[in-house]
Amino acid sequence: MTTDTLPRPPIRSRTSTRRRIRPWLLSLWGLAVTAIFVAPYAVMLLDALRPSGDVLASPPSFLPRTWQWNTFGTVLGDERFIAWLKTSLLVATSSTVIVVLVAVPAAFFTARFRFPGRTAFLLLVLITQMFSPTSLVVGIYREFFELNLVNTYLAIILTNSAFNLAFAVWILQGFFSSIPRDVEEAANLDGAGRIGTLWHIMLPLIRPGLVTAVIFTFIAAWNEYVVALTLMQDDAKKPLTVGINSYVTGYEQHWDQLFAASIIAIVPVVILFAVIEKHLVGGLTAGSVK
Amino acid sequence: MPHQLSEAGVTEPVTPAPPSPRRRRRLQPGRATPWSALLWLGPSLLLIFGVVIFPAFELIRASLSDYSITGLRKGSAGLKNYTDVLAHPDLWVVLRNTGIWVIVVVALTILISLALAQLMAKDFVGRRIMRWSIIVPWAASLVITARLFTLILDYNHGILNRLLIWLHLINEPVDFLGDDRFTMPSMIGVGVFVSIPFTAYVLLAGLNSIPDDIYEAARVDGARPSQIYRLITLPLLRPAILVASVLNLIYVFNSFPVVYTLNDRNPGFSHDTSITFSYKLAFKSAEHSVGMSAAAGIFNVVLILLVVMVYLRLIKWKEVTQA
Repeated sequence: MTTDTLPRPPIRSRTSTRRRIRPWLLSLWGLAVTAIFVAPYAVMLLDALRPSGDVLASPPSFLPRTWQWNTFGTVLGDERFIAWLKTSLLVATSSTVIVVLVAVPAAFFTARFRFPGRTAFLLLVLITQMFSPTSLVVGIYREFFELNLVNTYLAIILTNSAFNLAFAVWILQGFFSSIPRDVEEAANLDGAGRIGTLWHIMLPLIRPGLVTAVIFTFIAAWNEYVVALTLMQDDAKKPLTVGINSYVTGYEQHWDQLFAASIIAIVPVVILFAVIEKHLVGGLTAGSVK
Repeated sequence: MPHQLSEAGVTEPVTPAPPSPRRRRRLQPGRATPWSALLWLGPSLLLIFGVVIFPAFELIRASLSDYSITGLRKGSAGLKNYTDVLAHPDLWVVLRNTGIWVIVVVALTILISLALAQLMAKDFVGRRIMRWSIIVPWAASLVITARLFTLILDYNHGILNRLLIWLHLINEPVDFLGDDRFTMPSMIGVGVFVSIPFTAYVLLAGLNSIPDDIYEAARVDGARPSQIYRLITLPLLRPAILVASVLNLIYVFNSFPVVYTLNDRNPGFSHDTSITFSYKLAFKSAEHSVGMSAAAGIFNVVLILLVVMVYLRLIKWKEVTQA
């Protein structure tokens, strides 16, 4: 950034000395930040690699006193864990698909057309953004109880979809608004209908926004806790977030397995995030930070 | 970045002919009939009304009802649940905790993320790894991170006490989660830790959208780095800071797992926020009252709506959204 500019002489002498130090200083800061954010999860990994008794030993040791390499194998061989993993995948994927299918038309339409009730709709979306499943959990439970849907995947999928819809509509609406109108005009002149324009012209243009909405919904659904905790009573149907807690209860204490299971749940998400990181920054810019 | 996006939008797909003056009117937003609007918005409305608004009404109904210990509705309770909540001896402690929790966590998160976003935007060896590391707490579920921290902060076998003693910063272990002086600061620390990733990325996105030539111009004019930051970066970052703080207000207020898990050991409500308070009223307390929990839930919804509206009023939201 600064390398190709030629600042005036008095500034130059100062910046050139700073330029020699700064890359090192920045890397040092970067290292410190990395250490802070990774350290707790390094503790998690080390705790997964030692027997549960060693995790709770007092005084604690930084490194395992005995290394236990098969924890991950044990967890992956546990059919309860596999069932929870399947639930999490099913719930997160279905919720994401529903959110995209529902949010895209709404965001496109409100960004492109004026109609009675438009403001009311956007206000409704803004208000739902402030509701959390946690504060409504009693109401959600009563509703699904009356519909006889307690303990079903459908209830959790619908809840996750509904509470993540607002953010997706918000992000996508910003993106649709940022596309110059002539693009659409041209498509209309070419004879494409509304749906054709949306599908062939608009969607490819808002890909960063779409990626952001998809990732946010997926992560939120993958990590949802309170609703699943309240609605899922059948152990095999619980998602990971709720299920893995049964590794450490009053009756059994398998901290090693709890943490190994946690790491297995975290790794795919981190990889997913890392892959789309560039899109993510772009997506947040044009969408929410207009 | 929006600039590239819109440029690509104009040039790439169809290269429209230069708009003639007569076409200008058609570039205004199109009008649509309520009927077609219903078609496009219908699924959203169905989902919002079915799973957000309807439960909200169920919550109101529950708050006006009397329930048995097993959760069966026995009849109407009038406003008794509300008066019970308002008369609850721990209510003021809970409200005070909520205020401290929300204000301190959001403020610290925004301040630290501002600095962090600056660092993330710089180019240096190890930047990519640093950015990935910041993603980790975001990707990990809050319950998992919270449980991890109950262990790290533990009095007997917590690794943090071990580390602090090893560094000679303390002589005796600290009971981070049991000692009243440390419980709230510990929860706040974890709250900030898990809120930073999202916030830093929103602010980084905001930083990236500031065009480089503005900085160039300022530098040519001889502006000092502190001036550039105060007079250029911060004002242009304002929309991003607003979005980040509003979303953080909402998320932190509604945050359940961190407070619930870290505070699990302590009896009563002395370290609860209003969200965990209302949950515990129904599922884990002497009261065991669905009706009271619902009433507290209504208070929560009203409270967050008020907080966000007051905040938006304070920072004059309109001028930003109109841009």
